Amino acid sequence: MSAPLHLVLDWSDWLSLFGHYLLLSLMSVGGAISTTPEMHRYLVEQHHWLTQAQFNESIALAQAAPGPNVLFVALMGWNVGLNAGSMTAALLGVVVTMTGVLLPSTVLTFAAAQWGQRNRDLRAVRAFKQGMAPLVIALLLSTSVILGGASGDARHDWPLWLLSVVSALIIWRTKVHLLWLLALGALVGALGLV
Amino acid sequence: MPTGMDSVGGASDNDAMITTPTLPRPGPQSRTDLFVSFTLLALQGFGGVLAVVQRELVERKKWLTQDEFIEDWAVAQIMPGPNVVNLALIVGGRYFGLAGALAAMAGMLAVPLVLVLLLAVLHARFAGNAQVAGALRGMAAVSAGLIGAAGLKLSTALTRNPMPLAWCVAISAAGFVLVAVLRYPLIYVLLGLGSLGCVLTYRRIGP
Repeated sequence: MSAPLHLVLDWSDWLSLFGHYLLLSLMSVGGAISTTPEMHRYLVEQHHWLTQAQFNESIALAQAAPGPNVLFVALMGWNVGLNAGSMTAALLGVVVTMTGVLLPSTVLTFAAAQWGQRNRDLRAVRAFKQGMAPLVIALLLSTSVILGGASGDARHDWPLWLLSVVSALIIWRTKVHLLWLLALGALVGALGLV
Repeated sequence: MPTGMDSVGGASDNDAMITTPTLPRPGPQSRTDLFVSFTLLALQGFGGVLAVVQRELVERKKWLTQDEFIEDWAVAQIMPGPNVVNLALIVGGRYFGLAGALAAMAGMLAVPLVLVLLLAVLHARFAGNAQVAGALRGMAAVSAGLIGAAGLKLSTALTRNPMPLAWCVAISAAGFVLVAVLRYPLIYVLLGLGSLGCVLTYRRIGP
């Protein structure tokens, strides 16, 4: 891990962080994860509020933990706060980043969904919802492939890929509970088989 | 609006009636039910919740039909914000308005947020542990597979789409190549292929 950071953040810095996450929220079509390059530029390169290692860990931990991946944003806020020296600052960081990244998108999505619900019989609304179906399926399959292949090297990582494919087939074809498969994945991983 | 092809155009209510002809529609009983259900759903989502939403909401709880799930997912995906959080907002808002939307969203986020912060505190102690790292890697691989399975299951809904199946498959295949292989920015793919699908559908379900 690179040298720990010791920050002094004043109110204008917290406001700037909040404002930046409000903007990121509006840009986060396709999920908050699609704005990580911009978060990296802002937090690591421009302001040096997070180390590269902290940035990577925030994403990896949130992906491993149960819950939506957007919680990596909370961990980034948490780490910025820790770098500023206290648990209180860390909690403030969580509140600032999570509120920022969720507020605009929540308002927009709720408004759009309510409007769509009221006008669900409009030809344009039906055309949108049904016309998007092929792309929705393509995006699910793409997400699967991108996440599965994230670690790259096929010769070295083929057992991981095999695990992904086998899990997909089992869930597609059977009614096994997801948690059994996840536990199996954890076991196989802990034993060092993948 | 006169829609003589409504049965083909398939307003989602029609599909719901086809799949569940006599039973009353299952749905969340209260805002508390929404909160608890989305909390339990989120807590199963190691490596992201996307892998479990389809199975929980469509197959186990039956709050949504496959077609409705795809429709809601399209909106969740195209709007800014985390997709699964958007989906919680949409589903919660449908049953109990703003309060329902917030209850579902809070369920999705509150308990997992506390957990992930606890994990962050513990992480320093276990970061170097090879077994923990391996277990996380294994769960991530399974999770990637689960998302793929959700895509495969939902693909059967394309046979009921107003567009001919061949067009649907062509759009799906093009989308997959652009996003997964060529790594095009999502926004262009949504705008390009998404609009194409919408325009083609609009013409097919026309008056």
